[in-house]
Amino acid sequence: MPKTKLIAPFSKMAFCCALLFVTACGEQAIVPQAQVESGPYGVTPELIEAATAEGIVSYYSSLDLVVAERMAAAFEEQHPGIDVRVERAGSERVFQRIGQEYSSGIYNADVTDTSDEVHFAYFKDQGWLANATPAEFVNYPAETKDPDGYFAAFRADLSVIAYNEQLVSADEVPTSFAELLDPKWKGRMVKGHPGYSGTIMTATYALSEALGWDYFAQLGQQEVMQVQSSTDPPKKLALGERALQFDGNEYVAVQQQMAGVPLKIIYAAEGTPLVVGNAAILANAPHPNAARLFYAFMFSQEAQQLNSDTGGVRSFHPSVVDRSGRPSLSEINLLRSNPEDLGTRLQEIKQRYEEYFGT
Amino acid sequence: MTSKLAELFLNRRFRFDISRPIFVLLALLLAILVVFPLFWLTYYAFFDNDGNATLANFVALISDPTVHRAFGIAILMALGVGALATVVATPMAWLVARTDVPGRGVIRVLVLASFVTPPFLGAIAWEILAAPNSGILNDLYRWITGSDGALLNIYTFQGLIFAIACYTFPYVFTLVANALDRIPSDLEDASSILGAGWSTTLRRVTFPLVLPAMLAGSLIALLQALTLFGSPAILALPAGFHVITTKIWSYFQFPPQLGLAAASAIPLLLITILLLRSQKWILGRKGYTVLAGKGTVARTTLLGKMKWPALGLVGFVLCLTVIFPYAALMKAAFTRNISEPLNFSSLTLQNFNFVFFEFSATRLAMWNTFLLGILSATAVTTLVVIISYVVIRRSFAGSSVLGTLATTPIAIPGIVLGVGLFLSYANPTFMLYGTLWILLIAFVTLGLPSGYQQMSSAMTSVHSDLEDASRIFGASRLKTLWLITTPLLRTSIVATWCFIFIATIRELSATILLTTSNTKLVSVIIYDLNESGNLGAISVLGIMLLMVSFTIVFIANKVPLMSSNRLNLRS
Repeated sequence: MPKTKLIAPFSKMAFCCALLFVTACGEQAIVPQAQVESGPYGVTPELIEAATAEGIVSYYSSLDLVVAERMAAAFEEQHPGIDVRVERAGSERVFQRIGQEYSSGIYNADVTDTSDEVHFAYFKDQGWLANATPAEFVNYPAETKDPDGYFAAFRADLSVIAYNEQLVSADEVPTSFAELLDPKWKGRMVKGHPGYSGTIMTATYALSEALGWDYFAQLGQQEVMQVQSSTDPPKKLALGERALQFDGNEYVAVQQQMAGVPLKIIYAAEGTPLVVGNAAILANAPHPNAARLFYAFMFSQEAQQLNSDTGGVRSFHPSVVDRSGRPSLSEINLLRSNPEDLGTRLQEIKQRYEEYFGT
Repeated sequence: MTSKLAELFLNRRFRFDISRPIFVLLALLLAILVVFPLFWLTYYAFFDNDGNATLANFVALISDPTVHRAFGIAILMALGVGALATVVATPMAWLVARTDVPGRGVIRVLVLASFVTPPFLGAIAWEILAAPNSGILNDLYRWITGSDGALLNIYTFQGLIFAIACYTFPYVFTLVANALDRIPSDLEDASSILGAGWSTTLRRVTFPLVLPAMLAGSLIALLQALTLFGSPAILALPAGFHVITTKIWSYFQFPPQLGLAAASAIPLLLITILLLRSQKWILGRKGYTVLAGKGTVARTTLLGKMKWPALGLVGFVLCLTVIFPYAALMKAAFTRNISEPLNFSSLTLQNFNFVFFEFSATRLAMWNTFLLGILSATAVTTLVVIISYVVIRRSFAGSSVLGTLATTPIAIPGIVLGVGLFLSYANPTFMLYGTLWILLIAFVTLGLPSGYQQMSSAMTSVHSDLEDASRIFGASRLKTLWLITTPLLRTSIVATWCFIFIATIRELSATILLTTSNTKLVSVIIYDLNESGNLGAISVLGIMLLMVSFTIVFIANKVPLMSSNRLNLRS
């Protein structure tokens, strides 16, 4: 048998490997930072054209997946030819990913939102955000916007107590966090994880300020089921796996209500942690125009109303009408967090949390 | 005849043997694959941010009781999984390979199905089945007994061992069944002729002959369990404990503590080396060559009346690993809320609609997953055939180093390898992050150990006399490998390919750090969906993943991969 025939497969493979390697190295070039002027911008035909030419917007979000995809679909419908790639994970993982990418000089993300204010302070400090103020911003209250125009509050989250009516009788419905230390709640509660969810991190911080760490030490004895995302506890209630959520997104609980699940939300006497979910455009966004167009859309009344109607997401946009019938933010005793203080205490919170809850 | 032989020898002398440069090239490739991430791992473990040598990371680990706990739990868990998988799989493999138990073909297919099932998907399915309050089996138990307690709780240490063993026992099963297929019956016949009973032969002849395969299988199962991330992340977290991998994962939360993560991987590496050493020690220097230049037929034991209880036992195991979990996933796929009773009004295609039309990641992820599965399986199989050959036949001085290199990644938990690769290749020099290449590198590196284990154990059982004959007649090493060894090992090669393909589909721990929105894989999507509790969508994706993987494995087994018309001693 001629030798070439036998060797061919091997040498061919070796060659292919070499070729692969070469093409792989040359494939991705650093995208230069887009030169876009600061100051308010409107959705002009030029912007739409430039955005359509880019064709893609990469959206790193911590919004509930179904809500995020629905908003993306609404955008795609308005702007055919632009594909929104939703990269959904918990806030802390979105943060970790962007941090990982930017420290390695890799720029994949166009727009991001997380429910941890600390992240945006950090991003801004690092110079990782682009200055972007859509014209729609004039309608938003001043305290919801970064004064330098790098980010703004895309949504308001509440971390709430909620319960499944089928599993909690009317006379045992709690009104406060303090009541949840009662032995009758042992093994019946579920909560999210601060190492994963920005909402839970903020809520844990706010509650540790309001109730003290000793409260959490006692809560740790209650055999609380631990899940990761703050969007998960309401779903565990819907399954009937646990009767009551200690913390978790209010908007996902509202979504479950809309789907007919007998879920009830409690705004605790001690207060309800308010979690501001900011959004921003990344400084080195690979699709800067599509990013600006999508960012403008996210803050438009239309998108905010859509998120409210179909996802129960609370908006800071004054013209958005909340049709869910729940109390407005001004009617709720809110626990606000200080992002600067929280930023310095992340490690401590995680350590204490592991001490009390095992993970 | 003599002149022809002389001509062959003459030819050989003047021909340049291309085998050697190719072997050297492969050795280099292997070294880069394995050493590069390990270098970064060690560097981060022993050096601080300013590049000064330090033991601070280890001091921090040793003084942290939560780390001790995570290590203890993980080691117990891995031992539990290894033991459970071996105890369940070995008799099953014997029943299927050597007895007349009914439905052997179906059993093999169902074992393959549990193997194709990613452990994280299995863990999610078991959440649906055995969550204490909403689990289907517990609902059933309450309905039957009228009690209000729970029969099973998957969110426990035992539950975790069970859920992992369900999807790692096929490693042991496949290796043992393959070994039993290969062992010639003449040794057993000799034992019978000399007066040994059925059980004596099994104990003194068959069992010792499959021992290498059994040990290799349980070792793989054990190490898989030790380095697994998905199942513990899904089941241990709700239960309120960490294992090593989830602990390491927590070090990547912001602000990332790469030093601690790297340092906590080093004991894992040492444990693994220890285990591999002990395997060698147990096997000793006994010879296990069972396939030489003589054909044999495996002997079948007739079970008689024991047939049906045996089938029942196997059926029970398969119910737990495949049938119940997939039934649960089916239910979740077709209902809005899995705790709803199943009837016509609760049936919905909403989940399918979401996965196929609303969820933007589905199509890309499916494509990426199968592309990478096929590419890595092909690459790894080619590599391990050559490496095993070089190592087992001691082709070159120092060739055993290749074996060590190929086995080393087994000690690196996927999640740590993920970081190692990120540090190695996600920099301006390589720019591989955000491409499929970095994932391919990860999968090839991760696939090497199990591929090598399997291939070298198969190669050990092929005696070199046939190859020697080929070499004497003037064929180069590579030619011999291609013409003689490979066809002899055809079954093992196809099995290895499928092993790696499936392992790639199942991989989550390294993947999770290396994917981006452009390079999404189904495993990561499923994990993300689980974190936010979208069980319906997970089920749809999971069922689809199983079906496509199964089809590919089926085709792989049918394709006459190489020269089946050539010498094939088994048929």
